[in-house]
Amino acid sequence: MTTTIRLNPRAAMASVFALVLSLPAMAETEPETTDPIVINGGEIELPTAVPAPDHLEGAFDQVYSGWLFRDSETQAMQLDDFENPGMIFVDQGIDDWNTIEGEAGKSCASCHEGIESMKGVRAVMPKVNAEGELWSMEDYINDCRTNRMQAEALDWNGDRMKNMTAAISVQSRGMPMDVAIDGPAKPYWEQGKEMYYTRYGQLELACANCHEDHYGDWIRADHLSQGMTNGFPVYRLKQAALVSQHNRFRGCIRDTRGETFAMGSDEFRALELYVASRGNGLPVEGVSVRH
Amino acid sequence: MADNVKPRVRVPKTASAGEVITIKTLISHQMESGQRKDKEGNVIPRSIINHFSVTFNGAPVIDVEMEPAISTNPYFEFEAKVPESGEFVFRWQDDDGSVYEDKQSIEVS
Amino acid sequence: MKIDRRDVLVSGASAAALGILPWAALAQDAEPAKTLDELIAEFTGGVEATEGEGITLDAPEIAENGNTVPISVEAEGASEILVLAPGNPVLPVATFKFGELAGKRAASTRIRLAQTQDVTAVAKLADGKFVRTAANVKVTIGGCGG
Repeated sequence: MTTTIRLNPRAAMASVFALVLSLPAMAETEPETTDPIVINGGEIELPTAVPAPDHLEGAFDQVYSGWLFRDSETQAMQLDDFENPGMIFVDQGIDDWNTIEGEAGKSCASCHEGIESMKGVRAVMPKVNAEGELWSMEDYINDCRTNRMQAEALDWNGDRMKNMTAAISVQSRGMPMDVAIDGPAKPYWEQGKEMYYTRYGQLELACANCHEDHYGDWIRADHLSQGMTNGFPVYRLKQAALVSQHNRFRGCIRDTRGETFAMGSDEFRALELYVASRGNGLPVEGVSVRH
Repeated sequence: MADNVKPRVRVPKTASAGEVITIKTLISHQMESGQRKDKEGNVIPRSIINHFSVTFNGAPVIDVEMEPAISTNPYFEFEAKVPESGEFVFRWQDDDGSVYEDKQSIEVS
Repeated sequence: MKIDRRDVLVSGASAAALGILPWAALAQDAEPAKTLDELIAEFTGGVEATEGEGITLDAPEIAENGNTVPISVEAEGASEILVLAPGNPVLPVATFKFGELAGKRAASTRIRLAQTQDVTAVAKLADGKFVRTAANVKVTIGGCGG
C-alpha cells in the first residue's frame, strides 16, 4: 500500500483533543505528488491541484482534491467507472430522469431532454435563483418536481435525491468548479465564510481548524483533506452509499460535539456556497470515492 | 425483493476463440449482515445476496457462496474462457428468494 | 450549545453502528461460532493444508475503512477457494468455485472486516491437496466519527 502524503507516525495515536491542543496552527502537510486522476484508462483526466482562488490569498496557494489524501486502494476505486460503486446510483438516477411522474405527466426528460443537457450545472451550484434566494441543486430538482411535474418533492437525503444529484453531477465531470460569489450571492457567501471560521461544539472546532490549518495531518488513523466539495456527491466507503454535501457538513459539526444544522437549511446552503468557492478551479469529480 | 437492486456487468463485446477475458460485476444491494442493531436495540435481520453464479452457453464459469462479510453493493472480478460466440448468464440469489439476472452476449471471431 | 450526554454517546457510536462494535457485541449472543481451524477442517475434510506455496491472497496492509476492503485470491489449478475472516463474528466470507470455463482460478471482491486480523484463504487443488495462506489487514478507525 502506498499513500501519497507524508506522514507523521507519532501523531497517529493522537486523539482529536490532543491533535488540536498539541500541534501548532498552520501545520498543514503538502501532498507529495499531485498526479491527475486518470479515469477509464485515460478517457478522463482530472487535475488534483490548481492555484487557489484569489479570495483564499494568505490561506492557500494551491487547492487539492480530497482524492490525494486517500490510500491507494480507495483512490483506485475512482479510476474506473465500473469499479466506482457510485456509478450504479448514477444509472438509477438516469432511470429516474426518464420516468414520468406526477400530475403533469412529465419526466425530467420531457422538458430537459437527455440528461447531458445538465452539463455545466454542477460546476455552478449552489446558485442564486431568479428570486434572489440561494438554492442548492436539490432545491432546483424539487422545484421542477413540485411545479413542473406536479410530483412530490424528494427527501433531501433520500436515495432518489442522491441518485439524481449524482446523475446530474457526472454530466459536468472535468469542468472547473465556478460558483458565483459576488452580486446577489455575496451576502450568502459572507454568511458561509463566517460559519467556516466559527468554532462549533464542545470541541470548539471550526471547519478551518481541520481543513485549513491541518490538511494532510493525521486525525486519529486518518488524514485530513482540505475539505473540498468538488467530488460530491461522494460514494463513501463508511456508509457504503452516496453522501450529499449537507450530510457531510452535518457529520463534521456533529463530530465537534455540537448541535448541527439541518440538511437543506439556509445555513448549510450558505456554507455549501462558501466551501464550493474555496474549490473554484478544481474539476467536478462527482461521483468520487472517499472512505 | 430488496429495493432498487440493479446489476451492472462488464463483458467485452468481442473476443477471439479461446481467449481469456476479464469480467466485472457490481450489483446494488444493502447486504444487511444480521449483525447490526437498530436505534431501539433490535437486531436488524440478515438480508443478503447469498449466491452468485455465472455460466457461458450453459457451462459453469464461476460460482460464489456469499456470506454477510461481502460488502454492500457486491463487486466481483474474474476471468472466463470463451470458446465460441454465445451468452453469459449472471445470477444473484437473494435471501428472500428473489433472483436477479443479467445476460451479455459476446461475439467470437 | 446544549449537549446532553446521551446525544454525545449516540453520535460517537453512530459510525460504529455501521460496522465494528455491534459485531463484537453480538457475536456473544449467537451460538458459538466455529473456529478458524474447524472451518478449514470442514473444507478440507480433515486433510492438512500446506502453508504458502501455490496460493496468493492480495489485500491492503491497511484498510481505510473496514466496510469495503478489496481482496484478490488466486490458486493455479484450484477447484475451490475458501476465504475466511477469523476476526469477524461470522468467519466465512466467500467460497469461490471455478467451472470449466474459468479463465484463471482467481477472483477479486470487496469484503467487510470487523477488526485488524489475518484474512485467510484455503484452496482445494485438482490433485486433492489443499494449500492455505493469510494476509494481515490492519483496520483503522477513521478520523471523522470512526
